[in-house]
Amino acid sequence: MKKITKQTYLDWYKDMLFWRKFEDKLASVYIQQKVRGFLHLYNGQEAILAGALHAMDLSKDKMITAYRNHVQPIGMGEDPKKVMAELYGKATGTSKGMGGSMHIFSKEFGFYGGHGIVGGQIPLGAGIAFGDKYKGSDGVTLTCFGDGAARQGSLHEAFNMAMLWKLPVIFIVENNGYAMGTSVERTANHQDIWKLGLGYEMPCGPVDAMNPIKVAEAVDEAIQRARRGDGPTFLEMKTYRYRGHSMSDAQHYRTKDEVEEYRKIDPITQVLDIIKEKNYATEDEIDAINKEVKRMVKECEKFAEESPYPETQQLYDMVYEQEDYPFIS
Amino acid sequence: QKNKRTNMMSTSISICTRRLHLHKRYLSSLTLKKHNEYYETPQNAKGAFESAPAEPNIDALLPKTNMNLVSSINQTLARILETDSSAIIFGQDISFGGVFRCTINLQNRYGKDRVFNTPLNENGIVGMAVGYASTGSLAIAEIQFADYVFPAFDQIKNEASMFRYRSGNQWNCGKMIVRMPYGAVGHGGHYHSQSPEAFFTHIPGIIVMIPRGPVQAKGMLLSASTSNDPVIFFEPKALYRSKLDDVPDEDYFIPIGKAEIMKEGKDVTVVGWGRQLQVLEKACELAWKNHGISCELIDLRTLAPWDVDTVEASVRKTGKLLVSHESPVTGGVGGEIACAIQERCFLSLEAPIARVCGLDIPFPLAKEKEYLPDEWKNLEAIKKLVEYSK
Repeated sequence: MKKITKQTYLDWYKDMLFWRKFEDKLASVYIQQKVRGFLHLYNGQEAILAGALHAMDLSKDKMITAYRNHVQPIGMGEDPKKVMAELYGKATGTSKGMGGSMHIFSKEFGFYGGHGIVGGQIPLGAGIAFGDKYKGSDGVTLTCFGDGAARQGSLHEAFNMAMLWKLPVIFIVENNGYAMGTSVERTANHQDIWKLGLGYEMPCGPVDAMNPIKVAEAVDEAIQRARRGDGPTFLEMKTYRYRGHSMSDAQHYRTKDEVEEYRKIDPITQVLDIIKEKNYATEDEIDAINKEVKRMVKECEKFAEESPYPETQQLYDMVYEQEDYPFIS
Repeated sequence: QKNKRTNMMSTSISICTRRLHLHKRYLSSLTLKKHNEYYETPQNAKGAFESAPAEPNIDALLPKTNMNLVSSINQTLARILETDSSAIIFGQDISFGGVFRCTINLQNRYGKDRVFNTPLNENGIVGMAVGYASTGSLAIAEIQFADYVFPAFDQIKNEASMFRYRSGNQWNCGKMIVRMPYGAVGHGGHYHSQSPEAFFTHIPGIIVMIPRGPVQAKGMLLSASTSNDPVIFFEPKALYRSKLDDVPDEDYFIPIGKAEIMKEGKDVTVVGWGRQLQVLEKACELAWKNHGISCELIDLRTLAPWDVDTVEASVRKTGKLLVSHESPVTGGVGGEIACAIQERCFLSLEAPIARVCGLDIPFPLAKEKEYLPDEWKNLEAIKKLVEYSK
């Protein structure tokens, strides 16, 4: 794993702050009805992405996740302007406006989406890893899903096949405590989701996912194991989401005090504290980063607002590869 | 020119119709034999659902309360829990009322052991419903959106629909209702807007019902709860809060397998179900106001098995048929209706049967208006039918 240096902390601070502000901007724009459909925000879970990206080799590693997927492609290198345009439904978006919030994809940067059906992407991740192993590349696939998805049958089927064939895949469950409105305590008789791997004799364990250093170390160990050819790992990221499941979530299932408690261990605050403590940057430099982040978010919003909507003809264009089947007139 | 043609053919038509009528009775007795083994509803020689209860006279049932679809379903579920002590309701997030609040307050009133949340596994939810129903108890499973039913599709197709048939009528899982919200809602995108009814109408052995409003929902849900065949109950989510109606306070049962003629007419037969009827009502009104075309609007209510007799009688009267639904046109239920009608009364048809349906693409995010079969597309089709038959 690359060493964690002063620059790493500054990069983490800037990236996580940008992702946080990006999501906040989307929330405010959603209320103005410029973004329609559904909006699932990543506030509070940034450390998972920051740590995982530090351990990954972005030239060959891939990621697939569920619908809380705005910032993952940005972290992997995609242009955030195009991501915001996609959310606005414009033709300059990553999926040309066809997918929207829940379906951001990026072929150029190895991000396989963006999936709406809960737990549907878990066997997909195993399949992508199978492709890597078959072609002899030593890339790995990070397959992310939520604590609700851990209850789907597709998880067990994917785990079984991944262990059987020693696929280079890392299963990551982002346990933010709630499957939409149902807390983890009420979906199973145990709260340690990582133990689901024990039945498959898969290396598994919990990770403090409010701390990007711990995440980077755990993901790095898993990546090394997968690259060696020793098969999958299952990591439970114990995290928390500050906002609701989506924008239409009234959050009756948790108290405001609980959210306040978790805000004390906000990953961005943790990284900022380390930066200040070790004097990695002066107050002015931190201010400059804040301003730069604000500017970047504004630029994304402007690009998205000014982009055109897709043409109606585009509705028919991408159903099949061949574009002129008679029944799609 | 039309009169000359009909005069010449009138004698031969009467011979044909007589032959067809005999043929039809032969056909229906053939299908009755098969149906007996799939469905429990007893058959007799006259017609498949002759023994279904009579249509309730909704207007005469007083007193009534004005409410929307959510309240109607909520109160009907409460009534079912009250009258059937074996009834349970389960699904994701339903204890606080569910995403649309259809199950609100039910857990408070009837207890956690009868109304409870499940984890996120559709296959498990429906599978457990099949098992519970096979003990003779009423299981009401909720799938959060119809788009998510597909992990459970295997349980419905390979377990629920064949339970009675494969056990030689020893066991059945008839006391099962799978409820799910379906249909476009304005901003749903790929996975919150689908109408998968066509996948289910292709399964012999289950009943597929879609109410068009609060009054029908109560009657159909009560019928489903007393039926001994498994029911898939689609609820139009776009109408949950917006459709208001005066619902009778007392119990009433809408017969399974019978369509309802919402509005009588003599020029064009228009068939639809669920939310699409709202669109079709507008189209029929425009056709009458602007072009003097009188449409007979039929709500199928039950899609499987569907009431072919009512639609056929209407087409024999009007000679023109339009079917409209939100799901894509290829392979949709409209095709089944069109083919069955042309089989039965080909010579009554004065124009090719029209289908105004969704496009053959995945349900789009941004261009929903272009995709949906709105009242203008339907109006054009109605006008074309009348033009053709002149």
